[in-house]
Amino acid sequence: MQELIVILVDGLVFSSYLFMVSVGLTVIFGVMKILNVTHGAFYAFGAYMSATLIGAYYNTDLPEFGGFLAIFAAAIIVGVFFGIVLERGLLRFLYHRDEHIIVLATFAMFLVLEDVLLMIWGTDPYYAYEPMALLGAVDIVELTFDVYSLTLIGLAVIVALGLWLGLTKTKWGKLLLAVIFDREISQAMGINVTVVFTVTFVVGSIMGALGGAYIAPTISVSPGIGVEVIVLSFAVVVIGGMGSIPGAIIGALLVGISRAAAVHKFPEIELFVIYAIMALVLAIRPEGLFAPPQARKI
Amino acid sequence: MRYIDKTVVGLSIAFLVLLFADFFMAEWVRFIGLQSLARGAVALGLLVLWRTGLVSFGHALYFGFGAYAAAMLTLVGYHDAFFLVFAGTLAAGVLAFLLGFLLRRYRAIFFALLNMAFSMILYGVIVKTEALGSTDGFSVLTPTFLGYAPKGEAVQTTLFIFTLVFTYIVTVGVHLYLKTTLGGMSMAVRENEIRVEYLGYSAEKVIHVKYVFSGLVAGFGGAIMALAIGQVDPDSMANWTVSGEFVFITILSGIGNVGATYIGALVFELIRTYAFEYAPLFWQFILGGSLLAIIMFLPDGIWSLFGRLRRSDSSESSSSSNKAPSP
Repeated sequence: MQELIVILVDGLVFSSYLFMVSVGLTVIFGVMKILNVTHGAFYAFGAYMSATLIGAYYNTDLPEFGGFLAIFAAAIIVGVFFGIVLERGLLRFLYHRDEHIIVLATFAMFLVLEDVLLMIWGTDPYYAYEPMALLGAVDIVELTFDVYSLTLIGLAVIVALGLWLGLTKTKWGKLLLAVIFDREISQAMGINVTVVFTVTFVVGSIMGALGGAYIAPTISVSPGIGVEVIVLSFAVVVIGGMGSIPGAIIGALLVGISRAAAVHKFPEIELFVIYAIMALVLAIRPEGLFAPPQARKI
Repeated sequence: MRYIDKTVVGLSIAFLVLLFADFFMAEWVRFIGLQSLARGAVALGLLVLWRTGLVSFGHALYFGFGAYAAAMLTLVGYHDAFFLVFAGTLAAGVLAFLLGFLLRRYRAIFFALLNMAFSMILYGVIVKTEALGSTDGFSVLTPTFLGYAPKGEAVQTTLFIFTLVFTYIVTVGVHLYLKTTLGGMSMAVRENEIRVEYLGYSAEKVIHVKYVFSGLVAGFGGAIMALAIGQVDPDSMANWTVSGEFVFITILSGIGNVGATYIGALVFELIRTYAFEYAPLFWQFILGGSLLAIIMFLPDGIWSLFGRLRRSDSSESSSSSNKAPSP
């Protein structure tokens, strides 16, 4: 029983983390049909920027809880900067090309940014544990969890709700849905698809950076953290159906809880279980669990 | 048969020249050459798929599987290069045949990603297997060649000849296969699968055969690589970044000609070696930058340069175009 609760809480925390890192990817894919490998670099930059800003913040005498603002500031700075530079500077020249070429271009960009990261921050790990220490720990059924990780669940819920409200209740969301549904017709109806693309890419980038920025206090921020995140978020997004936000939630829960169960029960299959689920889901539903049906063009 | 196949002639000349050059090559050149041949073979497998409009982001699966199959056989006492490479190739081929039943139903990005999922399963298995050295991998002992056990520099020289002969056979084989009706179906499947079905061919079968071919040559490349480096480890054999590098080589070479994949692999290897040599911290930057440059300015790869030189000869060079009509 106790083990079950541990698995559930661990699983929920990990699922929230997965949702946070993969939701940006699915938003970008849903609107632009681009599988963005650079996402891993946004994550890494978010984490580094957050660690730096948190460190700088706690060197001043400002109120302690303000450190959380540093996290969000880091995500916005990184997301807006790289989102605009990448979309305007590179991707817009490639929209007419084959989708695999675009994936490869983002892969190239990922390689480039990995080293830019090293140029800026070097190879030493960074730690920014202050926000985590600030919130302390809590006991759930005689087991200690740190509160900061639990707040990740809350953040994931807020982001999911925010995206859902933004997409269904606002004018911008409706324009976006129109573009997702049919790019050409929306353009013909007077929607500025170019702006929609840029804004979507920036929002997706901020999400990716926020994933890294928020997780930064709980890990040692070191080179190479982006590589694993990419495949993890690919798995989540593919399981749920690419471009679907409910899909990302279900995918994150499925992967997060199975991995937590594997970690506690069969640690030797921990890495393997995620991709096994991905392969299994794709074998049964080729386009993922929540992907909208596609018409075959003859 | 009056018709002379220029590609076969070109490959044969290159083969003879390299065979001769083997005796004069500096050791590091030979080492780069070996790696290029191994990686080029994998890119050849991707080329076969790419002509059908399919890109795999997981061919490190077959590369790693071939490498580990060969390396594991050395652990149980087999050291003959012929046997090891044959076993590695076959193992990857069998795996591709089995997974092909599932993968042939997938297209576009789903095909790419499902391949990646399978390759990451292999990666996960290797990393978690202590007996196979986990993330460190293990070393592969020097192979023998039908009883001949070379020492010192002769090892690499022999291995180079061995690799060259088999790469030649494999490449000409793939080229001839692409000339057959079944091989020629790739363009048709890429352009319009449904019409292919109406004409009475099974597109899935075409794809399955190609998939097995690509798995075989990738396994071959992996087995050669294991022997050439004398070491197998998951991060340079089975991780997803390795698959990315193979796709990179395919883009670099272009899909115009089977021989181009080796030129692409050589260029890749040179960029990487020199970037690593002169800017060890920024080699990914240089690699990524060159990939971007190729995508932006040379969309049909290095091979299209040859095409520009002899535009009148349209037998093979003009067939490459990876631009899709914009949706």
